Amino acid sequence: MSKVLLKGNEAVALAALKGGCDAFFGYPITPQNEIPEYLSKYMKEQGKVFLQAESEIAAINMVYGASGAGARVMTSSSSPGIALKQEGISYLCGANLPCVIVNVMRGGPGLGGIQPSQADYYQITRGGGNGDYRVISYAPYNIQELYEFVQRAFDVADYYRNPVMIAIDGLLGQMMEPVDTSVEIKKREIPDKETWATTGYNPTNKRRIINSLYLDPQELEKHNQRLIEKYNQIQENEQMYETYFLEDSEVIIVAYGTMARIALSSIATLREKGYRVGLIRPITLWPYPLKAFENLPTSAKYILCAELSAGQMIDDVKIAINGRLPVYFFGRQGGMVPDPEEISAVVKKIMEEK
Amino acid sequence: MEKIVYQKSKGLTDATLSYCPGCTHGIIHKLVAECLEELGVLEKTIGVASVGCSVLSYNFFNCDMQQAAHGRACAVATGIKRTRPDSVVFTYQGDGDLASIGIAETIHAANRGENFTVIFVNNAIYGMTGGQMAPTTLIGQKTTTSPFGRSVVDHGEPIRISEMFATIPRASFIARVSVHNVQNVRNAKKMIKKAFQYQLENKGFSLIEVLSTCPVNWGMTPYDALQWVEKEMINYYPLGVYKDNYENK
Amino acid sequence: MAKGRIEFDYGKCKCCLLCTKFCPTNILVLDTTKINEKGYNLIRVTEAEKCIGCAFCAMMCPDSVITVYRLEGSKV
Repeated sequence: MSKVLLKGNEAVALAALKGGCDAFFGYPITPQNEIPEYLSKYMKEQGKVFLQAESEIAAINMVYGASGAGARVMTSSSSPGIALKQEGISYLCGANLPCVIVNVMRGGPGLGGIQPSQADYYQITRGGGNGDYRVISYAPYNIQELYEFVQRAFDVADYYRNPVMIAIDGLLGQMMEPVDTSVEIKKREIPDKETWATTGYNPTNKRRIINSLYLDPQELEKHNQRLIEKYNQIQENEQMYETYFLEDSEVIIVAYGTMARIALSSIATLREKGYRVGLIRPITLWPYPLKAFENLPTSAKYILCAELSAGQMIDDVKIAINGRLPVYFFGRQGGMVPDPEEISAVVKKIMEEK
Repeated sequence: MEKIVYQKSKGLTDATLSYCPGCTHGIIHKLVAECLEELGVLEKTIGVASVGCSVLSYNFFNCDMQQAAHGRACAVATGIKRTRPDSVVFTYQGDGDLASIGIAETIHAANRGENFTVIFVNNAIYGMTGGQMAPTTLIGQKTTTSPFGRSVVDHGEPIRISEMFATIPRASFIARVSVHNVQNVRNAKKMIKKAFQYQLENKGFSLIEVLSTCPVNWGMTPYDALQWVEKEMINYYPLGVYKDNYENK
Repeated sequence: MAKGRIEFDYGKCKCCLLCTKFCPTNILVLDTTKINEKGYNLIRVTEAEKCIGCAFCAMMCPDSVITVYRLEGSKV
């Protein structure tokens, strides 16, 4: 096993190359700049396409064109830039086009700040674009997982012909950790792209059209139903999560990404002091890992949703809990990252209130 | 013995065009299709349809097509051409799509010298949405959103795309043509073909601005609309080659 | 004998009349007695023997409705 010390954003870039990324289109924004910087050097060296676009809007539409022409393609940005890409993401979904979008989240709303945040949960899982569409999203919590999930994202995108988003925050993008780069990701069997990608048609085949326009409402509804069918399949097969110390827990914290790391530190201290606390860590934000909430231990009395936002994932936690247990919230905003003690204090308060 | 001297291009599908009677989009479609057919490149062509009247052009051009979001055709074409440099790529965009919402994407594609061809159809109005003012609407021209005529004070002068793009060093071939009579149709075809030839020779970005009509929203018969192009539009939008990086050197 | 001959794909004609305006021998006219499936009147060739096969009508037709034939060896 060989481990390399990698910064999160560099791990994304390295994983993209390993994942077979043919083309990258992006636009500078903090805190994700190391991704295009790294790729601008190595994509060229490997005979692949790197292009700094004139805007996030142009970048996502270049992704659309390249994906429609059959390439494995990626873009990366951060929260306000992802907001600009939302129209393009809706078009990509509407046209059944695969791609990987990396979102290194920062605080908002508006220009917000450049410090870590998870306040894009809505824009990732609900989307800012128009129409009924879904984007598969992975929220890794360390650099090893990030390195692996970026590679996985390319396969999953191609498998379902759907955009896949990597949702990390500025902290994961900027921190360094040792990564085992020799880990091989299990590859999926990708359906042949020649049936749909615009690669220049052979007269014996049908010409290919990449499109999301259906003027006939009956046709558009059928198109929507095909998409829903795909989304149902994804919900059934792609939910991912991890649980920690659930067996005897009274309080179950739900947190992802950076917040999950902080929660785990908090849980370690709390458990030493006899507090029975566990963690559900969603890895996929959509499809939301509802399965994680199906068989909670009988010891579970309280749910605490912790986020680097004013409370967005809590909506999904409440859907998953469906009134079975009270759901509390702890969050910091604006780029503020809490100490584990802050979470511990909230847990203690909940348990002492009973 | 008689021979066929003119027939529908194989570059067009069998679909009936969705354009209004007498709209010159149809003539411009033919010219693009004929050029692609005559150059023998239909099988390696990927076209990009835009938003506006030509939104359905993916149904009409007999080649692989992508439909782009409003104004983003040149970004989409960049993505295609960069990943498939051996293909022939063109965008087909109207004045709202290219000169208003998509001006940034178009300028930057030209500035990078992207090796594809832009067919820019300028009919001085938003046709698809029912005749609203376009960035290319003439001064004094009445539209549904400039009912008293376009005013310079409120909306500025109409944008002259060919002149503007001729200032971009890496834009290789920029020409404005018209299709209001037979002679001009012939010339328009010549220019469009040259643009595609440049692309095949890796000479970079080309844009052909084609003055076109909108009889319905201009409130004219198709023939009167052609006359209006000749008498009014060409005054403000003079025809000619505005830039040719390879001819004058 | 006429130098040229034209055929219409009548189903696709939208009766914009541009062909009638650009025919140099003025042999194309509106025929209000006939309509196609779309409800448009059709175009009629009045004096077929005068067709010179110049294809101006076809070149100006936005809907690619017209096919033009010309006698071999004859020039416009």
